[in-house]
Amino acid sequence: MVIEKIIYKKPESLTDCNFTYCSGCGHSTVHKLIAELVDELGIREKTIAVAPVGCAVFAYDFWNFDVSEAPHGRTPVVATAIKRIHPDNVVFSYQGDGDLVSIGLAEIMHTANRGENISVIFINNTNYGMTGGQMAPTTLLNQVTTTSPMGRNSKNYGYPIKMIELLVSLQGVKYLERVKITSPASILKAKKAIKKAFLNQINGTGFSMVEVLSACPESWKKTPREAIKWIDEEVSAYYPVGKIKDIE
Amino acid sequence: MLGKTIKMPQETVFIKGNHAIVEAAIDAGCRFYAGYPITPQNEIPEYMSKRMPEAGGTFIQAESELISINLVFGAGAAGARAMTTSSSPGISLMQEGISYMAGCEVPGVIVNIQRGGPGLGNIAPSQSDYYQAVKPGHGDFHSIVLAPHNIQEMYDYTVKAFDLADKYRIPVIVLSDGLLGQLMENITLKKDQETEYLDMPKDWALTGAKGRDGQRILSLLMRPGALEKHNEHLREKHRTICDNEIQYECFSIDDDIDCLIVAFGTVARISKGVINIAKDMRIGLFRPITLWPFPYMKINELSKRVKKVFVFEMNYGQMLDDVKIAVENSDKIEFYGRTGGGIPTQEELYQFIKARTKGRGY
Ligand SMILES: Cc1ncc(C[n+]2csc(CCOP(=O)(O)OP(=O)(O)O)c2C)c(N)n1
Ligand code: SF4
Ligand SMILES: [Mg+2]
Repeated sequence: MVIEKIIYKKPESLTDCNFTYCSGCGHSTVHKLIAELVDELGIREKTIAVAPVGCAVFAYDFWNFDVSEAPHGRTPVVATAIKRIHPDNVVFSYQGDGDLVSIGLAEIMHTANRGENISVIFINNTNYGMTGGQMAPTTLLNQVTTTSPMGRNSKNYGYPIKMIELLVSLQGVKYLERVKITSPASILKAKKAIKKAFLNQINGTGFSMVEVLSACPESWKKTPREAIKWIDEEVSAYYPVGKIKDIE
Repeated sequence: MLGKTIKMPQETVFIKGNHAIVEAAIDAGCRFYAGYPITPQNEIPEYMSKRMPEAGGTFIQAESELISINLVFGAGAAGARAMTTSSSPGISLMQEGISYMAGCEVPGVIVNIQRGGPGLGNIAPSQSDYYQAVKPGHGDFHSIVLAPHNIQEMYDYTVKAFDLADKYRIPVIVLSDGLLGQLMENITLKKDQETEYLDMPKDWALTGAKGRDGQRILSLLMRPGALEKHNEHLREKHRTICDNEIQYECFSIDDDIDCLIVAFGTVARISKGVINIAKDMRIGLFRPITLWPFPYMKINELSKRVKKVFVFEMNYGQMLDDVKIAVENSDKIEFYGRTGGGIPTQEELYQFIKARTKGRGY
């Protein structure tokens, strides 16, 4: 008799809807990590996510837990109010770099400064993916985008914002880590970091954010493999990965 | 359980309009408030910062009106009764959020204690946000707009705003102004007031997917035809509101009137004074209380019985557009408005009526 053992299955926290992201897109990887973690922590029935305006606006098609939309950049504000109303639920905002660093800069700073007990998953792909690959405040110097065709220059456009380093001085912020998802090992590290952000919230530690350096092969005009290489060589050279703040 | 009775204090209190808004919100079961300082509504967040924690609710001093309205959006999406307040420039910043609330069908209450505009304007009373209130945000939608004209109504219509918001899953705007915000009057805080929809089940709200699949609060509908279908649904809802929720006051309107004044809020209040001193003329006042839905039919009917329809506003003629839609013969319409914080006096309006009716009162 053959005994079949299930060693892997689709997380309960994912719907049957196939991801519609471009191949090699970091959103797919992080969506799946989050779904796995929500299952592992047994919090599917307690989790409420806020999806951003950006490619990940469709997160609500893929996650099988409660999800709200938010106006562009106001994502952590909506998450704040949901958490204040339902303090026993696990509430996280999921935001792109345009959403979090550009239009929603004031929102994230004040959410962090108030020390809201939420988790923020910040997907930095150094451009506005959804609108066709325009320059973002996070775009690297010399990076070509549809609105910086000659490459971003600091003279006209300043320097790429390191969001974690900007948040680090705020006393309300308890945990900041930057991760990448370019290899099985780094993906496991990323999962660990996101898990910590969720556990911090569950334990009442306070505001936690994980920044994920994420591939956008479509806008970068690279193959998925080239995109990963570019993160390892260029993006993470400017945005160093690692734990930047961890206050228990 | 519908039709739940909330116990309210019985006493008559001498209270400022802005404070009455706070008491009303608390009595209506609002347990989430966010606001940013702006004159002439500062008493609301100030008093709320004391009253809301006493009531066991959440008070957040938002860092901008964008944050205020999106906190209200989030709290509403989570199933709470939530409110924000501001004055004109701050309400401009909330237009995005109001549109999202309408699209996502998230209830919430927004109070505008209007001041003079455009731009930074001044801090004197005004009605120049009428257009913005009745035609807010981007996209095809309406929000309900209630216009109180005394402090009792500041209280009553704020309570009512929460019920309407929940009943229809719609943002409700209370359109007041700096005069009513600062004015003090005796009012009765209603005991045993029926707030029918306080405990209305909100099975659409985000509470965590306990024993069910995840559900969504969203307004993005990309599949071909999906948004059109959703907007059709909103339109049906709007029609139901028009059929059921129009409110107005007829003051001194009898079969003999020659002239009709149409005015709302503070100007309606002043117009009552005009009627009291104009003993030589036969004038009635029609006061829309819901500015959306607007009482077109009632104005149409009344306008047929009079020789002149006077529209008085503290702006350069915004509700005037709606009165023109309502009145078939627009030659009958005479408009007088003050802007930039100017408040018309009783005498001023009386003389205007006299001049336009050759002293005959019509
Ligand atoms: C107020 C507003 N401005 C602009 C847009 C258009 N818009 C949609 S997505 C987006 C950029 C999203 O970029 P990012 O947050 O980096 O997410 P990504 O798609 O790269 O994951 C913009 C500008 C909008 N929807 N709303
Ligand atoms: S455009 Fe970029 S971020 Fe958007 S789905 Fe494609 S790869 Fe992902
Ligand atoms: Mg991006």
